[in-house]
Formats: sequence, structure tokens, C-alpha cells
Amino acid sequence: MDENFQTARDEATFTVKAGLAEMLKGGVIMDVVTAEQAKIAEDAGAAAVMALERVPADIRRDGGVARMSDPAMIRGIQEAVTIPVMAKARIGHFVEAQVLEALEVDYIDESEVLTPADEANHIDKWAFSVPFVCGATNLGEALRRIGEGAAMIRSKGEAGTGDIVEAVRHLRLIRSEIRRLSTLDDGELATAAKQLQAPLHLVRQIAADRRLPVVLFCAGGIATPADAALVMQLGAEGVFVGSGIFKSEDPERRARSIVEATTHYQDPARVAAASTGLGRPMMSLETSKLEAEQLLAPRGW
Amino acid sequence: MASTSGEGFGSKVVGILALQGGFEAHAKMVRSLGARAREVRVPADLEGLHALIIPGGESTVMTLGIEREGLAEPLRSLVRAGTPVLGTCAGMIMLDREHLGLLDVSTRRNAFGRQIRSFEADVDLAGLRGGPMHAVFIRAPWVAEPGAGVEILGRVEDHPVAVRQGNMLAVSFHPELAADPRLHELLLQMNGSDERVTRAG
Repeated sequence: MDENFQTARDEATFTVKAGLAEMLKGGVIMDVVTAEQAKIAEDAGAAAVMALERVPADIRRDGGVARMSDPAMIRGIQEAVTIPVMAKARIGHFVEAQVLEALEVDYIDESEVLTPADEANHIDKWAFSVPFVCGATNLGEALRRIGEGAAMIRSKGEAGTGDIVEAVRHLRLIRSEIRRLSTLDDGELATAAKQLQAPLHLVRQIAADRRLPVVLFCAGGIATPADAALVMQLGAEGVFVGSGIFKSEDPERRARSIVEATTHYQDPARVAAASTGLGRPMMSLETSKLEAEQLLAPRGW
Repeated sequence: MASTSGEGFGSKVVGILALQGGFEAHAKMVRSLGARAREVRVPADLEGLHALIIPGGESTVMTLGIEREGLAEPLRSLVRAGTPVLGTCAGMIMLDREHLGLLDVSTRRNAFGRQIRSFEADVDLAGLRGGPMHAVFIRAPWVAEPGAGVEILGRVEDHPVAVRQGNMLAVSFHPELAADPRLHELLLQMNGSDERVTRAG
């Protein structure tokens, strides 16, 4: 269909992949499981929606293998909204990613929330035209994903808990490791790359820029407007909210309030107003009380 | 980085609507030209601006934000008073007939398709010296039904992707993501007190 066009176009460049994440900044990306929820999310101010079959809290409750969603559900959501639609593939499951690319989702999340398909290899994300977002618990993990072609990073947190503690841990660790790199000389950076198990050229770039080369969002455990403002003040450039919205008492209102707090994260009076009278948050789990096999963040490496 | 224009951009304050979207890349570009950048989230942030940028992002989010913050009328007053404004991607949509109603065009959202159709291309812009602009189009809109007073500055195939109407400059693409500051320079050179701005070329 491109034969009629005269303008030479470069599609699927890293600039356009990372550029979409740039346009999502300061925004809230919401998990949705139906077209109706997607519409509610869009009307409440979601910058994008993540289409999946079950939110993490339900995956956690139900157990079993969690997979890519039914394409019919993803198409229904694409038809319901005009904002970007993201969808999740299992870690290492490059065929699920191929299917999502064939559906023309706007971003693929290679996600630890689903059951990993490969215990050694992540997806070669350079092989795709659709951009990828990947989770990370520390800087080395973030840089390995970027080395594999990820165009956006989200700190993992612990999805489906409503407990912000892991999100804070991961975000603080990534940011403090970036700060540390900026103090090292060239020889020390080579050693740091080895310790981080990260590509040296990315380590050098971060030491110079004092920031990731892609947009950094925060995910996993955000349940309130104050949680969103907390991670924004800690350096996140936007937030993913999974179970926190549609597992709460008044999803529409909570969604609007989290959007407002994400925009005005530096203004306590606005965060206070956004936090007022929202009803019950999601049923939450204290992460430190979970067994090791119940944790999602250690999936991936 | 010094500006090539020598017009003393250092005294200018550029407001960048920061409800959501690509406002940081614009701020970086504005600062690289020596001007000051101010994030705009509430009407009070509009005081004393020399120019305004409405960035890319999601137009639905910005529409809701503008409504929530009561920014629509203050933004209209600012632009109608002649303050130079640059709208990029969703920012172009916000200026159109259906949104703020300032720019006499309609826009077609996501006109080039979903993210997989996002692209980079060199686009010739009327009146811009120094050759074509390298333009990054991300889920980009194009202009439909431009009014008589709207000058089309550039096209991709038949579709207008850059327009100007008086003190308003709007483009479908993202000059802030390419290392080409010419549109930002043009914005800073536009004289806010004179609606009939001198063309750059």
C-alpha cells in the first residue's frame, strides 16, 4: 500500500519506538480486561491501556499459567479507544510477540506478570517493528533489556499486591545506580559494566547522561494517588496501574484521581484533593508476608 | 549552545503545557536556545509568557486536563492576544476547531495509522532556511479542511503536516525529538505584539 507515497519513510526506527514512550510521559497506563473498562480508563484520562485477560491480583489468586490475551479481546479494546493499546507477552515467548505485532498493538510488554516461557532468553526485541517495554528491578536488568531492544523500561514492583514497597525499592535502586555510575572514571565504568552484567556502551552513555537512554515508568503496587505522586517524586516519568483501579470500589473516580496526582505530583494540596473520598482501595497483600514462589518480580533476570 | 539568531532569547520565557506528554524534550530544546522554559499546569503558570508550546502526548488526556484545570479560556486569551504558539502532534489537535478553536483547521487523529506505521521522513517546510526538516511522526495526525487564512507550510504526500495562521504554528511531527531547533527558533523570533509576523525565509 506504500507504492503511491512519494515521501521516503523510515518506519520502526528506535527513535519512533522510544518516541512513543516520550509522548506517554507524565501519564498513567491502566490495565484493562474488557473494552468497557478500556473506555472508562480513556474517559478518566489514561495515556494508554494495557490489554490483558486477568489483572495481576486475579492471576495471583487463580494461579496456573498466565498467557497472552485472546486476540478478539485485544481487537475489541483497539476498537473501543483511540489511545495507544499495549498488550503483554510472556518472557521469551517471541511467537506471542509476533501475534501481538500482527494485531498492531502499539507497545508489547514482555512481562513477568505472565508465566515465563523461556528460563534463559528474553525476546530479541530488535527483530520487531512494534516497540517493547520491559520490567527491571535494578539498573543491570534495565540495561540488558535495552541491549535486547526495549524502548521503554518500567520498574517492576510487585504486581497485584497494592503494596508500594517493592516499587520504591526498585526505583530507588535504579536511580541510585545511575547516580553512582556518574561518579566513576572510564576504567571503573568497565568494571561496573561487568558487575551490572550490562553492555559497556550503555553504561558509558548513562554515566555521561545521568539518565536511562529510554523513558522510565514505575509499575507494581500503585493503589492510591499518593503512591503515584511518591514514585513520580522518586524519579519515575509516569506510572502503570494494574489491579489498583479496577479492583477498587470506585474505579472511574480512582482513575481520575491517580491521573490528577501524577500531573500535580509536586503539589501536596492537589494530591490531598485527589486523595479525598475515593472509597476502598483494592484488597491488598503485604509483600513481605508472601512466600518466595508467590513473587513475580524475580521472574526475568 | 548559542542561538544563531543573536536576538537575545535569554530574556524570553516559553511556557510548555505540561499536563501530560512530551514537554521535557521541548523544555530541553528551548533551554538549548538560551531561553527560559516554564512548565504550565494551572492558569497562573501562563503569567508573563513570551511564547507557548503545546506538546505531543495524548489529546484525550490533555483535553480532560485543560477542562479540569480551567485552562481553556486563559489559553484562548493568551493566543488571541498574539502570543506566539507552537503546537506539535497532539498540540496541533488541541489548537484545532474541535478543541480550543483557535486554529482554523480540522485534524484527523492517528491519520497515518497505529504505532507500527510511525515513521521518520525529511519534509520541506515553506520559508524555512537550511533544507528540509527531519521529522519524527508518531501516531501522527494530519490537517484536514484548512480555512482560507491558514498557510500550508509542508506536506507528506497530499496531507498537510505543517501549518501557520498568524501567531500560530502547528506541526504533525515532533521537532523536539530531532536535533533540529529551527521551528523553536522561529517561535522565539515571532513577535508577540505583531500578528503579521515576518516570515523566516
